Amino acid sequence: MSASDNGNGGGPVDGVARIAEAFAQTDKRAALMPYLMGGYPTLADSIRIGEACVGAGADVIELGMPYSDPLADGPVIHAAGTEALAAGANVAGVLEVARALAQSVPVVLMCYANMVYAPGAEAFVERLAKTGVSGLIVPDLPLGEGPEVARACVEQGLALVPLVAPTTTPERLAAIGASARGFMYTVSVVGTTGERAELGERFAQVVERAKASTSAPVALGFGISTPEHALQAAQAGADGVIVGTRLVRAAGAASDPADAVGAVVGELAAGLAPAR
Amino acid sequence: MSAVEHRFGQYGGQFVPETLMPALAELEQAWVAARDDPAYRDELNGLLRDFGGRPTPLYRALRLSERVGRAIYLKREDLNHTGSHKLNNALGQALLARRMGKKRVIAETGAGQHGVATATVSALLGLECVIYMGTEDTRRQRPNVQRMELLGASVQPVDAGARTLKEATSAAIRDWVTNVQSTHYVIGSAVGPAPYPAIVRELQRVIGEEARAQILEREGRLPGRVIACVGGGSNAIGTFTAFLEDEQVELIGVEAGGEGIDTARHGAPLTVGGRAGILHGSRSAVMQDEEGQIVEAHSISAGLDYPGAGPQHAYLRDSGRARYEAVTDREALDAFRVLARLEGIIPALETAHALAWTLAQSDGELDLVCLSGRGDKDLAEVLAG
Repeated sequence: MSASDNGNGGGPVDGVARIAEAFAQTDKRAALMPYLMGGYPTLADSIRIGEACVGAGADVIELGMPYSDPLADGPVIHAAGTEALAAGANVAGVLEVARALAQSVPVVLMCYANMVYAPGAEAFVERLAKTGVSGLIVPDLPLGEGPEVARACVEQGLALVPLVAPTTTPERLAAIGASARGFMYTVSVVGTTGERAELGERFAQVVERAKASTSAPVALGFGISTPEHALQAAQAGADGVIVGTRLVRAAGAASDPADAVGAVVGELAAGLAPAR
Repeated sequence: MSAVEHRFGQYGGQFVPETLMPALAELEQAWVAARDDPAYRDELNGLLRDFGGRPTPLYRALRLSERVGRAIYLKREDLNHTGSHKLNNALGQALLARRMGKKRVIAETGAGQHGVATATVSALLGLECVIYMGTEDTRRQRPNVQRMELLGASVQPVDAGARTLKEATSAAIRDWVTNVQSTHYVIGSAVGPAPYPAIVRELQRVIGEEARAQILEREGRLPGRVIACVGGGSNAIGTFTAFLEDEQVELIGVEAGGEGIDTARHGAPLTVGGRAGILHGSRSAVMQDEEGQIVEAHSISAGLDYPGAGPQHAYLRDSGRARYEAVTDREALDAFRVLARLEGIIPALETAHALAWTLAQSDGELDLVCLSGRGDKDLAEVLAG
């Protein structure tokens, strides 16, 4: 895969193509997309956790940038971000995690808007491209805000991945679907990130609606925590499955975070194995 | 052209999770319809008068004026029902929630004044009410916690971060993201994503409109300066709005200087300046570090202990129409005692900041200060200090 060269090139990357390739080449029913909080419990652990995810079958890594005020996140990811910051995580450190993991899989950075704008959207996105990051998710930058970010991502070859929610109106869904690059992050529930016993009752409808609105792959996230959930999402037509809180919890509870997260990702991958 | 301002120059906007975007659109639509509906206006104005006690008096402070050698007028929002200007906004938004068919309201509170106002109107209208409040604030504003609970609200303590207003607001927004279909978020200040800053301003502008008419009647002229404290900035924008076109009237917002604006411990983002930032859904003046992490504010006054400010204030600052100054904890405490001793009025610690700045000026001839709230809630904190 030539895409691994992107990590060290320094010029524009083709993050969109690299992500598309990952969706196309997955050997599972849907691409498996683990989320990990950058710098949690430590930066070194993050790299090992990410590598364990790749070893256990991750197709794309979603890497969280810890932030002081993560409005879209539930208590587990919020607390992990707070701990990562307290342990000294910063932009440079988290991007080193991204650089390391981007050697083997496409990395999509999840980062709140104020951090994107702090150095200026163009400078921030250029820095991501130079690090080998393939895509960017900004959970508090809905369609209509932040044209600078979208422009910078196009210029630098990064996929700006939009979110859609069960509450998104048909008009907005159509516009978001048309603008989606890389994939469309489809929020399965009305709420913040976090584990739930069941998938949202309307998740299948949410996936169907999302798929009808875009030519980009549709990845389902928020509240997916078990192999059963992952399989249900794939059976509903999701092209990708994002698992976050469950893995962050595993990272926090274990003496060997990488081992613990890798084991959970392995179970999720098995859950997504094609029927024989 | 939007019916309600979304931006004030480069400030404002809607930096929220997608889940909330339809709710913001619904709110804006409901607000525009209500605003233009005589039935809504009549009900609101009737309640402001008969339930709230409006219009509030404009009082020429006798001994304070004597002491500084010029006239100081106090707009007595402390005499509004529940003890602060917060009722003006809470009543308007609760009536709006009822129009939208939402039976549950949530709010954040720092000093507890907005929480008490929201709990009060929820009791009045029979709405379920949940108030988010940092645990540092439930400690230092204990009487207001008791009032909210007595009024039937559930007070949810928030233990994250510095356990103050910023975290309470974040917790309220997370609740709203989760319960958006059943719940209206009664934001308490002129902050948040559009259309909130404009809605809150419109519901608070009654302060300045009354005060302007009252001072013209009493003095036959406009004040030289209009002064109000600024946390998020709702009493200030409500007071300033009526005077925006009166170019000869200086508008001064007084922020929390905490331990001094040359230290890291203050709550004065407008005064200190620097790069704009995004907090709680809008772009405005924000206390943040180089990488964009929001920095904790500090103020002795829970209502000003906030690292952001309303987007219209940032715009008024940049345009030069208003200016922003900071007053330290110590200066505010001194003014708190001065007003009590000289006028027999115990002001809120928030309000004491506006008074402290005013008392420190040696020039001027006619000042109008928004006395935004009363200070019973602050007694324990002040007497301990």
